[in-house]
Amino acid sequence: MTDDGFEPIVVLVPTGSLGAGAREAEVQYGIEQGAHVIATDAGSTDSGAAYLALGMSKNNRGSVKRDLTILMKAASGAGIPLVVGTSGQAGGDLNVDWTRDIAIEVAAELGITPKIALLYSELSKDVVKAKNAAGRIRPLAPLGPLDDETVDVCEHIVAALGPEAYIAALEAGADIILGGRTTDTAVLACYPLWRGAGLGASWHAGKVGECGAQCTVKTVNGSGCLLRVGRTSFEVEPLSTVNVCTPHSVSAHMLYENSNPFQLIEPGGVLDVTDADYTQVDPRKVRVTGSAWNRQPYTLKLEGASASRYQTVMLVGIQDPVVLNNIDQFHDRMLGVLNDRVRDTIGEAAGDFHISLRLYGWNAVSGEKVPEGTSPPREVGVLFVATAATQEMATQIAKACNPYFFHMHMPQHEEMPSYGFAFTPADIERGPVFEFRLNHVVECDDPLELVRTVWIDLALKEAA
Amino acid sequence: MMVTVNDVCHLVRSKNAGPYWVTFDLFFNSAEDFARYATCDALGPKTFERLFGADPAQVKSFPVEKLEMVKISYARSSPQGGMVERDMHCGQQFVRLLDVALD
Repeated sequence: MTDDGFEPIVVLVPTGSLGAGAREAEVQYGIEQGAHVIATDAGSTDSGAAYLALGMSKNNRGSVKRDLTILMKAASGAGIPLVVGTSGQAGGDLNVDWTRDIAIEVAAELGITPKIALLYSELSKDVVKAKNAAGRIRPLAPLGPLDDETVDVCEHIVAALGPEAYIAALEAGADIILGGRTTDTAVLACYPLWRGAGLGASWHAGKVGECGAQCTVKTVNGSGCLLRVGRTSFEVEPLSTVNVCTPHSVSAHMLYENSNPFQLIEPGGVLDVTDADYTQVDPRKVRVTGSAWNRQPYTLKLEGASASRYQTVMLVGIQDPVVLNNIDQFHDRMLGVLNDRVRDTIGEAAGDFHISLRLYGWNAVSGEKVPEGTSPPREVGVLFVATAATQEMATQIAKACNPYFFHMHMPQHEEMPSYGFAFTPADIERGPVFEFRLNHVVECDDPLELVRTVWIDLALKEAA
Repeated sequence: MMVTVNDVCHLVRSKNAGPYWVTFDLFFNSAEDFARYATCDALGPKTFERLFGADPAQVKSFPVEKLEMVKISYARSSPQGGMVERDMHCGQQFVRLLDVALD
């Protein structure tokens, strides 16, 4: 690729998410292609607020360790940096520390001594409140202005970093960067941006590559992709040699998990791909030109997760035709009976409780009425979900409901039915309801203002 | 004969776009179908209000001519993973669109 004589920066994206399954042969291919950096994201808000609220990874330790072993070995062997963003699924401090401990363990096993930069982006409630009081926090639709009460209910709050802290760490000689919450795009764009590739090209390449092989034709046929980023264009190809990228597969990825297909708001600017042009340069590669970056005042998006109210669940299976032939009546009748039962047996103490019944096999996913005339199902699984202020109360509610959930008859029943419980005890404590609470941006005077960088130099540790 | 979304699209999908937005991608069978239906009333805010309880003011539509598709996004009315969540990633919401009559 020629691009004003600028030597393209080659970014190896091994997988859409650290722990999802990097493939050694693909990584090897990328290294042979002259990769300058291995970069991958390790998380997302996609799977819900539990991971931020609990500081817990979604991927298990073994999966993350497996991928880190492949990537640290390849990066160390090639003498190139490894950059990981949104460590441990949510990128909170606990999530970063969890990933750090695995990386240190892997380094010892591989007999390598990398210099590791940890980029923490979790914010204390005091910092968030102070920023808000100073008028530096703005809501994004559909939420309204932030108040202290909302800040207080959050277990953890993170800012999604841009590339600047990564660039500073690369400048300072990091072999491995483990970042806290970061935009997916920034993790992949940081190295090309550092080395002088184009702003539009770097950011757009970052967006295209953020889910690894998702921008390819056979998304199930490989894990990663390779980005070659120049000044005014970039190229993308799958890391799997039997897979291909097409203009359609690459341009369609801009649609993915993004509410606007033309613009992506990032820290310090907006990526605009309205005028982007996608061309097939060889059977496997696509070149993209015309990506634009429009600078904006510097902001970081905030994410906060709360754990409030608790749930206890029960599940029964029902094949009884009397129920199945009158299934909507059954649902409404049971919901009424169970709510009455809680009021009769627990009363005021139950507080502001909530019960929902979800009929799997009928309409559980939508919760909507099924069109008139739909044939009855062969069986349904009825999921009972009680929500209350404490776990103990949610379980008391489930226990109070148990006999009716198990035996409630319909008028057509001759005797009391017994539905099919799967477990004993029947009630399962599900834990708190985790919710995201923030959809706000914080204005920053300096992109590094809210980042804490901690260095671990394993060579020094070993010498000591 | 009544034409539905399913009749004129080869791929319809739905997914979270962050915790507060849901986005639908409708890929049409042809340039003609795209031109005719991408911005039709039946794919407007009122349909998303009826099917998903969306606030019509928070429904956005982006036709992408090059891809013969339209992206439609709405702000969720209940938070992701909240007390009444039934589809954490919203990956099943597209099904309710398939039978929507277009003309």
